[in-house]
Amino acid sequence: MRSLIAQHRAAIVLTVNRMLATPFATLLTVLVIGIALSLPLCLYLVVDNLGRIAANAQGQPEISVFLKDNANAATQHDIEAKLKAHPEVKSYRFVPRDAALKTLSKNMGLTDAAAVLGKNPLPDAFVVTANNADPDALDQLRKDMQAWPGVQIAKLDSEWVRRLNAFLRLGKDGVLLLAVLLGFALAAVGFNTIRLQVLAQRDEVEVSRLLGATDAFIRRPYLYLGMLQGLLGGLGAWLIVASAFALINLRVAEIANLYNLNFLLQGLSWRDGLVVLGLAGALGWLGAYLAANQHLRGSGAAH
Amino acid sequence: MITFSQVTKRYRGGTEALKEISFTIETGELAILSGPSGAGKTTLLKLIAAIERPTQGSVLVHGQNVGKLTRGAVPYLRRNIGMVFQEGRLLFDRNVFENVILPLRIIGMPHKEAAKRVRAALDKVGLLHREKAQPVTLSGGEQQRLAIARAIVNRPAILIADEPTGNLDPEYAAQLMDMFAAFNQVGVTLVIATHDPGLAARAASRVLHLRDGVLQA
Repeated sequence: MRSLIAQHRAAIVLTVNRMLATPFATLLTVLVIGIALSLPLCLYLVVDNLGRIAANAQGQPEISVFLKDNANAATQHDIEAKLKAHPEVKSYRFVPRDAALKTLSKNMGLTDAAAVLGKNPLPDAFVVTANNADPDALDQLRKDMQAWPGVQIAKLDSEWVRRLNAFLRLGKDGVLLLAVLLGFALAAVGFNTIRLQVLAQRDEVEVSRLLGATDAFIRRPYLYLGMLQGLLGGLGAWLIVASAFALINLRVAEIANLYNLNFLLQGLSWRDGLVVLGLAGALGWLGAYLAANQHLRGSGAAH
Repeated sequence: MITFSQVTKRYRGGTEALKEISFTIETGELAILSGPSGAGKTTLLKLIAAIERPTQGSVLVHGQNVGKLTRGAVPYLRRNIGMVFQEGRLLFDRNVFENVILPLRIIGMPHKEAAKRVRAALDKVGLLHREKAQPVTLSGGEQQRLAIARAIVNRPAILIADEPTGNLDPEYAAQLMDMFAAFNQVGVTLVIATHDPGLAARAASRVLHLRDGVLQA
């Protein structure tokens, strides 16, 4: 047991020394891994932040209930009573057609829209806020109100949120696909650098085998090398993403200020960062394992 | 004890290096494998260390059929066999001490104990004062002695050497043979391949003469 720990320690020392012996090559490899990892990470964070925006917007979904043109005060009171009684309705306000026209005129910059249009084309309306933001519950409430007599149409104002969510799901799938592809690339980079290492040291590998070294003994320093490269690459990616988001957030803060919003992009969380490190290390290890094994099984001289 | 029974080794392409060879080398013997180049001496040594496997017949080393060893078992066989190769096979990226300690690193011996053993082995071959030297700075004879130190540092029961005196002048070669004889005195079984008939006559308790892959009577 002690000798095994000593062997691992010796392998780690050897690995670190080898990396330090060729600092430039090591740096380049780590940089390639870091950049390859930072691309899907950035995309992931962008999608994640858009998701947070959408979730905020979804907080108060409203349903507009437009009354029929011929609806009279009695119908209006009737609907109001039903709204009061409905358990899913949190609050509501009445928007008379004249007020709606005034708002429209103001928003469109017209002094007197009614004068242009001849008569007011807008209906009376209730704007209803629901208790439950769940899309299905909202749709059920909308259908209920649609069925009431005197209601022309009930319309969900948060339709765009659902569309955005659909796009976000697409984005998440894209991130996943990209991450898988770049994961392969990472393992390939690990494979290739370790293969070159093994080739450069094939005398040592060959002699070690003749002196009775097991495959595990020969593989060990290469596995550490692959894992260490992966870990350093993951750390590099973390650094790249953190600096990029810090930089972008300066601008975001400026823009948010102009719109009177308090909003900043969320960077990589500690948990996600550690997951990235773990994955990068594991992929580096895998690439090294494949490369070392290919050499050990492939060379015919001494098996 | 090393036993060959009806061993034939045919290489890919059809060359027959050894033809139905049978012999036994007892534990503690010093056997010389003689014969001209291309007689199959190197192949025979490779079969003992499971570097090659016999096409037919069996090779037993300490009762173990080395031709049938699994891939995982081969390293443990080799830890018990010291090897000195024709080409030396030294590692030129590290000094003398680091070359000799490699077999002990492989078996996971703690550094302190290993260092003691390395110095003892270097002392035996007369290279103790050169432990920090780089192998390229050594003479041919010194390089060969370094290879021997590496082969014996793990105190193997069997030592095999392929043309250890190949490129050395006669005086140096004689020194080396004395060294081998000294190892044999302490119980190591030796198998030494050489094409030099003079050496063969000198030290051996046993001479196996190979010609064209056939053992001569």
